[in-house]
Amino acid sequence: MTLTPAELTSAVSGGIGTSPQRPDGNLKVRGEFAYSSDLWHEDMIWGATLRSPHPYARITSVDLTEALKVPGVYAVLTHQDVPGRNLYGLEHKDQPVLAVDVVRYQGEPIALVGADHPETAQRAMKKIVVTYDVLEPVVDMETAADDTPLHPGGNLVRHVPIRRGSQDVEAEVVVTGRYEVGMQDQAFLGPESGLAVPAEDGSVDLYIATQWLHVDRDQIAAALGLPQEQVRLTLSGVGGAFGGREDLSMQVHACLLALHTGKPVKMVYNREESFYGHVHRHPAVLYYEHGADHTGKLVYVRTRMYLDGGAYASSTPAVVANAATLGVGPYEVDNVTIDAYGLYTNNPPCGAMRGFGAVQAGFAYESQMDKLAEALGMSPVDVRVRNAMTEGSVMPTGQVVDSAAPVAQLLKLVQDKPLPAGTSSDIRELPGGVSNTTHGEGVVRGVGFAVGIKNICFSEGYDDYSTARVRVSMVNGELAAAVHTAACEVGQGLVTIMQQIVRTELGIERVTVLPMDTTIGNGGSTSASRQTYVTGGAVKAACALVLDRLAGRTDIGDEIIDETTEWRHRATEALDPETGQGNAHVQYGFAAHRAVVDVDVDLGLVRVVSLDCAQDVGKALNPQAVVGQIQGGSAQGLGLAVMEEIQTSGGKVRNPSFTDYLIPTVLDMPPMSIDVLELADPHAPYGIRGVGEPPTISSTPAIVAAIRAATGLALTRVPVRPEHLTGT
Amino acid sequence: MRVNVTVNGEQRQADDVWEGESLLFVLRERLGLPGSKNACEQGECGSCTVYLDNVPVCACLVAAGQVQDREVRTVEGLADGDRLDPVQEAFVEAGAVQCGFCTPGLVVQAHDLLDRVPNPSDPEIREALAGNLCRCTGYEKILDAVRLAASRR
Repeated sequence: MTLTPAELTSAVSGGIGTSPQRPDGNLKVRGEFAYSSDLWHEDMIWGATLRSPHPYARITSVDLTEALKVPGVYAVLTHQDVPGRNLYGLEHKDQPVLAVDVVRYQGEPIALVGADHPETAQRAMKKIVVTYDVLEPVVDMETAADDTPLHPGGNLVRHVPIRRGSQDVEAEVVVTGRYEVGMQDQAFLGPESGLAVPAEDGSVDLYIATQWLHVDRDQIAAALGLPQEQVRLTLSGVGGAFGGREDLSMQVHACLLALHTGKPVKMVYNREESFYGHVHRHPAVLYYEHGADHTGKLVYVRTRMYLDGGAYASSTPAVVANAATLGVGPYEVDNVTIDAYGLYTNNPPCGAMRGFGAVQAGFAYESQMDKLAEALGMSPVDVRVRNAMTEGSVMPTGQVVDSAAPVAQLLKLVQDKPLPAGTSSDIRELPGGVSNTTHGEGVVRGVGFAVGIKNICFSEGYDDYSTARVRVSMVNGELAAAVHTAACEVGQGLVTIMQQIVRTELGIERVTVLPMDTTIGNGGSTSASRQTYVTGGAVKAACALVLDRLAGRTDIGDEIIDETTEWRHRATEALDPETGQGNAHVQYGFAAHRAVVDVDVDLGLVRVVSLDCAQDVGKALNPQAVVGQIQGGSAQGLGLAVMEEIQTSGGKVRNPSFTDYLIPTVLDMPPMSIDVLELADPHAPYGIRGVGEPPTISSTPAIVAAIRAATGLALTRVPVRPEHLTGT
Repeated sequence: MRVNVTVNGEQRQADDVWEGESLLFVLRERLGLPGSKNACEQGECGSCTVYLDNVPVCACLVAAGQVQDREVRTVEGLADGDRLDPVQEAFVEAGAVQCGFCTPGLVVQAHDLLDRVPNPSDPEIREALAGNLCRCTGYEKILDAVRLAASRR
C-alpha cells in the first residue's frame, strides 16, 4: 500500500512531517559544537602544506635542509615519505598526495611541515627551497584537447554524446547562443581541518569534516599503505560542504605527519589556502541551438559544451554526464544532439558543487528559452509551459520520467505570486544601498523566470546504498532508540531527519543520533541530494527489522534490540557510449524561480528585489529544513548570477579571499517566498524527492533573465559584472 | 608574552603568547574557548565576533596584546547556565542554524543589535548583520530569528 504524504504525518511528537529542533542546535548556538577546526589533543603539533606557486612546472629540486633546522619543527615530508600509493581521486586515481616531479596547478601540495606552533610551521615552510622549470600552462578548455597533454591519456577526461531522434531536422524559428559560466567556489565557512591521532600499533584515528567517510578512508589507507581497518575516521563538526568536501584535502597529509612524528597533528587551512585546497564548480562554455515551430513547440536542441576540469579529474566524468543528460532542461524535445566534454587544463581542479553540471547547462538552456520566447513574441512563461515536461515525458537519454514532473505548475506558482512594490525611495533598498550611489535615477526594474531539472542520487549504474543501525533498549522505564550511520551531517539536518524517521517508524520519541564513523558500513556520499532518500531509506529499513523484534512490546526488560541493514535505491544503467541512451538516473527534481531586480544602469549595480521559488519535494519530512534548503540554494544561485567567480589569469587565482571573492550578504539577499509541493514519488521512501540542489539551478538564470528584461542587454555570461551592464 | 584578560566574567591568563597571535587564536587555542569561529581570519565574515569592552569586534583582527586588562565576552558567555539567551533560543527555533559555523558570530552581533535597538526594522537588522556571512541559509531564517528574539525580549 502506498500512503499519501498527508497519511504519513506522524502521530508521535517530532516525527516526519513536523519540524522539531535539530539535536545539535543548542550546542551550535552556545559555541560548544566541536567543528573539525576546534579539536585539541594533549601534546598535539600543527601541520602545514607547502604549495606550488606555478600552474604548470617541472620540479627540478627540493631542499629541506634549512627547514629541518628550525627549532620546533618535528618533520618535513615529501612524496618520498608517502608509504603507499601516492595517487588518489574519486573517479580516476590521477592526483598526487604530494607532487613528485611536476605540478599541474597553482596550490598543488609539494611538502608538509609538522611543528609546535602554526607560525613555526609557516617559517619552516619558507625555508624549503624548491626549484622549478616553469612551463606554459594549458588554460583554454575549448582547445585543451589538442594542447600539450597534461596526463598520459591526453586532456579529454570524458566526452558524453547523446543522440535522439533526427539529427538534421529543420525548424521555423531558430535561436543560437554561446554562454559562459565562471568558476564558482563552494565557500563553506568552516575551513578544511582535522586532527590525526596515531596509535601505538601503527594505525591512525582521523577526526575530520568530510562528505563521505568511507571513500576518504579507502583513499587514505591506500596512500598510507595500511589495511582499511587501521584507518578509523570519525566525523567532527562540519562547517558546510556544498560539494567541496567530496575530494580529499588535508586528510592524508595529517595522517602522514601523525604517523611519522608519533604525535597528534592538527591541520587547519586559512581562507586563502582553502581556495587552493578544494575543487570548485567547473567553468563552462556552452554552444546551443534551439529550433521550434511557430507555436513555440521545440523541434530540436543541439548543444556542444565544454567543462573545465582543471588539473585533476575529481568528479569531472559525472559532472559531464549530468550536463549532457540534463542538457535540454525540463522540456520535451524529440530531436536532440548533445556533445559534452570535460577537459584537463592547468586551471584549479574542479569537481562537485551543488547542482553538479546541471547548473552550467541550466544557465544556457534557460537563456535560450528566453531568446526563443523573444523570437516568437511569446512570454517567457508561455514558451516554457508549451514545452514543459510532465510525468511520462521522455528524456534525451530515452529514460521515461516515471513520477511527478510538475514543471508547468511550478512556473505558474511563481508567476502568480504577488509582485513586490515598485522601486523604493529608501536608499537602503536601492542598488548600491547606503553607498548612496543613487536615489532612483538610472534605476530600471525587470522580472525573469527560470525552471530547472536535477537528477537525485548517484547515476549511471553506480551501486548507491547506505547502511543504518538502529538499537532499542529501556532507559528509565521507557523504550529509547539510537541510530548509527556513517552518513555525514554537514549542516543540512540529516541528524534531525534520522530522529524523525525513527520516531515515526517505532513510535519512540527519545532517539539519540550516535557519532558518524567508520565502525559501521558505508553511508554513501552527502551529495546528489541523496541522504534523506538513501540513508533515510536505510534507517527506515532498519526500523522495520527492529519493529519485528519488538513485536508490539513496550517493555523489553534487559533485552537490547540492535539491527543493522543496507538499503539501496532502484538500479540505474550506464549510458550507451555512442548514443547516450539509458535509464541513467534514479529520480528527477524540479524547481522554478521568479526574480525581480532593480538595476542601476549608470553604475552597473544590481539589487535583487525578490527571489521566489516553487519546488516539488515529494514529501517534506521536515518542512522548516526543506524551506531552509531552498532558500540557501537560491542564495548560492544568486551569488553565481551577480558576484561569485574565482578569477584566473594564466592558471593563477587572482582573488583567493573573502575580500575579493564575494558571496551574498544579508544585504544582497531579498525576501524569498517559497511554495513547496508534495507530489509523492512512489519509488522513494515516504515519496520524498531530493531537495538540496534543484533551487541552485533555476535561481541563476531567473536573475539574469530579470536583468536582461530590465536592461535589454544580451548577457551571455555569469556572473554578470558591472562592466557587462555599463559597457565600460 | 603573558596576557591577562577577563573573559566571560572570569580573570584568565595566557602564557607563552607569540606577539603575532590574534585574540581569536588565544581564545580558541590557549583558553579553551573555540566557540568563536575562524572562517576567514581577515575580518570579512564576522564568524569570530566577540564583545571587547561591550563593543562587538572581529577577534581575528585584534592582536592578543591589545586585550591586556580588558573584558571579553564570547558566545560561550551569553547563556545563563542551562538557560539560553533569547537570541540563541530564537536561532534554534527559527531554523536559522544549519551548519552553524556562522552562528556564534551572528548570535553575538544580533545580541548587540537588540541591546541597542530593542525593536529593529528589517533594514536595521540587515544593516547590523551585513558583516556576518552565512553560506547555508540565504539569511531568511536568520531574519526570522532576530525578529522572534526581539519580540521576546
